[in-house]
This record gives sequence, structure tokens and C-alpha cells, in this order.
Amino acid sequence: MTEQKKIREPLFRLVKRTNQSAWLPWVVRIVTVLSSFVLIGILTWIAYGVNPLNVYGYMLTGAFGTKFKIMRLLRDLAILLLFALAVTPAFKMKFWNIGAEGQVLMGAFCCMVCIFYLGGKIPNGLLLLVSLIAALLGGAIWAVIPALFKAKWNTNETLFTLMMNYVAIQIILYAIKIWAPSGTGILTPSDFGHLPKIGGDNFWFSIIVALVMTALMFTYLRYTKHGYEITVVGESENTARYIGINVKKVIIRTLIVSGIICGITGFLLVAGINHTVSSTTAGGRGFTAILVSWLAKFNPIGMIFTSLLVVFLSKGMDEVMTMNGVTNSFFSQVVTGVAFLMIIGCEFFINYKIIFRSRSEKSAVAPVQEAGAAEGSDETPALADTTPPEEAPQTPAEDVAASDDAAKEE
Amino acid sequence: MAFVTFLASSLKLSATFLYGSTGEIITEKSGHLNLGIPGVMSVGAAVGCVTVFRLLKAEVASGFLLVFLPLLATLVAGGLMGVLYSFMTVTLRANQNVTGLALTTLGVGLAGHFMNGIRAESMILGRASKYYTSLFGINSTNWFVQVFLSHGVLVYLAIIIAIATQIILNRTRIGLHLRAVGENPATADAAGVNVTAYKYVATIIGSGIAALGGLFTIMDYMGGNWEYILEGFGWLSIALVIFTLWRPALAIPGSIIFGGLYIAAGFIKGISFAQIELIKLLPYVMTIVVLIFTSIVGNKKAQPPASLGLNYFREER
Repeated sequence: MTEQKKIREPLFRLVKRTNQSAWLPWVVRIVTVLSSFVLIGILTWIAYGVNPLNVYGYMLTGAFGTKFKIMRLLRDLAILLLFALAVTPAFKMKFWNIGAEGQVLMGAFCCMVCIFYLGGKIPNGLLLLVSLIAALLGGAIWAVIPALFKAKWNTNETLFTLMMNYVAIQIILYAIKIWAPSGTGILTPSDFGHLPKIGGDNFWFSIIVALVMTALMFTYLRYTKHGYEITVVGESENTARYIGINVKKVIIRTLIVSGIICGITGFLLVAGINHTVSSTTAGGRGFTAILVSWLAKFNPIGMIFTSLLVVFLSKGMDEVMTMNGVTNSFFSQVVTGVAFLMIIGCEFFINYKIIFRSRSEKSAVAPVQEAGAAEGSDETPALADTTPPEEAPQTPAEDVAASDDAAKEE
Repeated sequence: MAFVTFLASSLKLSATFLYGSTGEIITEKSGHLNLGIPGVMSVGAAVGCVTVFRLLKAEVASGFLLVFLPLLATLVAGGLMGVLYSFMTVTLRANQNVTGLALTTLGVGLAGHFMNGIRAESMILGRASKYYTSLFGINSTNWFVQVFLSHGVLVYLAIIIAIATQIILNRTRIGLHLRAVGENPATADAAGVNVTAYKYVATIIGSGIAALGGLFTIMDYMGGNWEYILEGFGWLSIALVIFTLWRPALAIPGSIIFGGLYIAAGFIKGISFAQIELIKLLPYVMTIVVLIFTSIVGNKKAQPPASLGLNYFREER
């Protein structure tokens, strides 16, 4: 017994949490978000000498100060939310689609093609319908190409979709040079194909569509057979195959859904908001949306809050910057990145438990079993005597995962 | 003659991609897909430029110092981004893809923020650029000299680093251990390799090297003019890793091809401005084609490290 104790245990070790309480993850996340706001205040103070307490005041005015600012916030929230909804089903399936940017751009581009060539020649309602269909097709085709190759040959989708972004950007740059030959590279907003104003405001249409899509996506993922299949494929492709799910079909079908939502987003960006298209129409939101979706654990309702967090951070920081005479949004990108990293990092404390070497072990006289019992008592007292401290009790889910790994190796 | 200029320019721009992809290859060999490379390159370039700026302000005239100190600063800045990434993904076992994307957001923002501080006077960076753009100061009309010997020190450094990486990865024990960590960390761990240390060091060195690509792009290729082009270059560098099948030696011709395709539009006579945009599609389409080709062929030697993208937790078997 004493000989065993001569092996020094490390200062702390990690154990995967097995039986989580329902509230713990949310306590950790809320504490993280709050502390990231504290850190943001400190960073702004260091970088620009703004009193940290004033920072929060500026951020609130920047985001909610006037009716116009609220509308702008809601508009950006709606668009970011749509981006996030678009990437969600694919990500839930562990299909790393980082091409939402390009898919939305293609949707916007196809929509603009219709408006540019048909605008004024056919009635507005028909024009909107035609451009909507074109946008849906554009987004869906751009999403389904990588999916086809992924399904057939297991082509790496992360890089494929990434490259498709740049192809879309170049196609748009090409078209703009043709449409606006003046050399400015900017296409003036079109007078045709405007979505109807609701309540005298341009943006309500997009906001309502975003909310409807959120509800639809929530239902789709949680209550339909498709949603179930997506979850199973995401958890384990082998299990999915075993229970008779056609994985290839699910991949292709899900990416069509993703692409269609991207098409809708592109359509709203052109017909509802910008009335023109440029290489920055998507503005990097295809990447931000991945974080938004992931932070919300792929739950569409949760994404309303995570995208609100992102939009609030960027609008709020922009206001702080304007107060300091800075006209670009780089610092708001910095604070967004910091907040993201903190929230991503906090998942660790939800999934793992840190067990420090107990005092009795440090003095190296206490018998092993006592230490084992002290640690074991945290989780399952009944097992404490028989389970050595290194092995956390396995749950059935882990057993499945383990056998799944074994199947993969064969 | 235009063709010689084209070759020389391709070789020059290739250094950007070569730094980025060599750094990313080292990181990926440890099993970590660092999508933060665009951010790392941006931060590296910005820190390097600010260092050059401070040196110029302090009236430092030595060409050696104006190259060496910014280079060191860039390495440190890139390394620190690597520390952040590996702390998140190795120690905290955070999802690699989202961590990388967040790192890109942070890095591009930080670079803009740093450059904001010196924006009004950033023109003076051009004064230091000459120490970067030519090493030997040869001004010959001989085509061989123009293509191969007319470049700055950072171009040759990129090629040296790529060759050294190739040798270390495939011919040394360290390289063997690193590859083992990337293929199967549990086995490497059982064999007594310190998995955590290898992952940390590979990521930090990789990020430092990638950051040099940023410094080269601004101080040499752009002649000291700061522009926000590094994000796109960073993504292309990540794509190049697949293009070259995880081999730094292949990355040398690969990055020259990428460089050539990237600038090709400027060298073709008699095409419209619109058509130039279409020719700029080529590097991306080429990458897609290679991606598809390697996946269809399914060659055993052309596969990514087996545990790429998966975090390792010793107690989870």
C-alpha cells in the first residue's frame, strides 16, 4: 500500500462529466457571457481610455438608442439569424459547410440577374416571384455541389465549400463589371423588384420571414423524420447506416434545405434591403453564423439570442468607436472574437470536471482507498470502492460510441 | 520578356502561400485543423508593420535591423496566436473549426486595430520595403537572375523552411513522433510521446511560420502598402495544404502555381476588366478539382492525418 503511494499523482486531472444537472451548463454560459462583457469593458478601457462603465452605456445607445437604430439592429439580427438557420441542419449532421457566404451570394446574384434583366418589363409581383425562384435555385445548387461529392466520394466539404465562396465572389465581380461598365465597380440600387413595405418600414418583411423560418426550422429539426435522421447521422454515421438510414440521401437533402434558406437570405438581401449586389453582400456573416449556430447548440430558438449577442456587440462597439472618432469596425471584430473564444472555451467546464489532488494524497500517507472514496463520492458513491479513480463510470452512450469506433477501425 | 516578369512575380507571390501552407501542414500533422490561419497572418503582418514603423520613427537605418526585428516580432505574434489556439483546442478541447473561425475574426480585427494606430503615417513603411524586396540588389536582364535571384530574403527563407520541414517530418524522430500524434494520439501516448507538448509546439511553430507570410505580403509583395488582403491569402494557404497532399516539398511548386494563377490575369493582353475577374477564378477551381481528384483516387498516401480535427482526451478510449 505504501509503495503504491510513492507514485506522485499530478496536481489535477480531468474527468468527463457523465450525469449533468440541467442547470449547470446554463449557469456556466451565463457567467461566461457576463464575464466576457466585463473583459470587453476592460479591453476598451485599455485600448481607448474609455471609462468601462460608460462603455456599456454607449453600447446600449448604439444598439437601442433610436427607433432607426432598433430597426437596423432587428434587420441585422434577422439576416444573421437566417444565415445561422441555413448552416444549422448541415452542422448538426457534422457536415462542415463553411460556404453559407457563397450560397447566399449566389442566391443574391441570381435574384439580381432577374431584377436587372426583367425589371420594368414584367409586373413587380411576377418579377419578385421569378427572382425568388432564381435565388432559391442559386443557393441550392451552390450547396448541393459539395454535398454530391461528399456523398459519392467523401470529398472534404470544409475546403470545397470555402472555395465555392470565392468562385461566387468572382462571378459577382465579373457580372458587376459588365453591368456597371463605368469602372466604379459599384452597381447602383435598382428601382425594380422591391419587396412591399410593412408598417411603412423596409425591413419588417425580412424580420418576419426570419421569425417564421426560425419556427419552421425548430419544428423541422425536432419533430420531423428528416430532423431525426439528421441527428442520427450527426451522432454516428455507422448507427445511421445500421438502422437503415440512407446517409447519402440525407446529406444531399439536408444541403438542399441549407441552400434554399441561403437562397431566401440572398433574395431578402437584394429585394428587401440592398436592391443591389456586391462581393460584400454577405459580409462575412457566413462564418459568423457558424459560431452563432454552434453557440446555441444548433437550437433555432437559442440562435435568436446568440445572434442578438453578436449584433449587439458589433452595433454597440461601433457606437463606442464613433464616440472616439474611429470609423471602422475592427475593434468590434476584436471584441466579438474575444467573446466567441470565451464562450467556446467555457464548454470545457461544462463537459469536464477538474479534480485536484486532495491534501491527504499530497502528504502521501493516506491509504489509496480513502482518496478514491473521497473523489468517487462526488459522482457515484456506490461504485467508489470498486472503481479506481482514473476510470469514470461509463454510460451506455459511451459504450455505443466505443463500439462505433471499433466498427470504424474494421 | 513579359513571361520572365510573370515567372518572377509568380515565384515572389508564392512565398505568401508557402509560409501559410507550411505552417498549416505542421499544425495539421499534429492533428489540428487551424482555420485561424487568415487571422494569424493578419496579426503577424500588423505586428511586423507596427514594429517597422516604430523602428523608422526611432530613425533606425540599418537594413538588417529593419528586417530582423519585425521578423522576430511577427514570429512572436503568430506564436502567441498559436498558443491561444492550442490552449483552446488542446487543453480546453474546444471544437477546432469554431475556434479557428473565432481566431480569424479576432485576428483580422486585431490587425485592423493595430494598423489604425499608425494609419495616418503608414506611408513611411514603403521606405523600409526596399530592404525586404531585394537581397542581392542584382539588377540584371538575364532571365535566370530575374526569375530566381532577384527576390528578397523572405522568399528564400520560405523555401528553406519548407525544405527543412519536409526533412524534419519525414527523416527525423521528432517528425515521426509528430506524425504519430496526428495519426493516432492514443497510440503515440502509449508509446511514451508527450502528445500535449507535440500538439502545442507544432501549432505554435506553425502559426509563427504562417505569420511570416503576412509580413512578407505587406512589406515585400505590396511594397509596404497595407491592404486588407491577407484573409483571402490565408484561406488559399489552407486550401494549398490539400492541394499539396500534406507535403511541404510539394508546396513549393504548388504555391508557385497558385501565385501564377493569382496574378495571371494581369499578364494576359487584350482581355476586358470583366474577363480578368473570371481568370481570377482559376486558383479556386483548381483547388476544387484537386480536392475532387484526390478524394476519387483515394490514394493511401494522399490522405490527411487520421485524427485531423479530433481532440484527444486520454481517458476517453
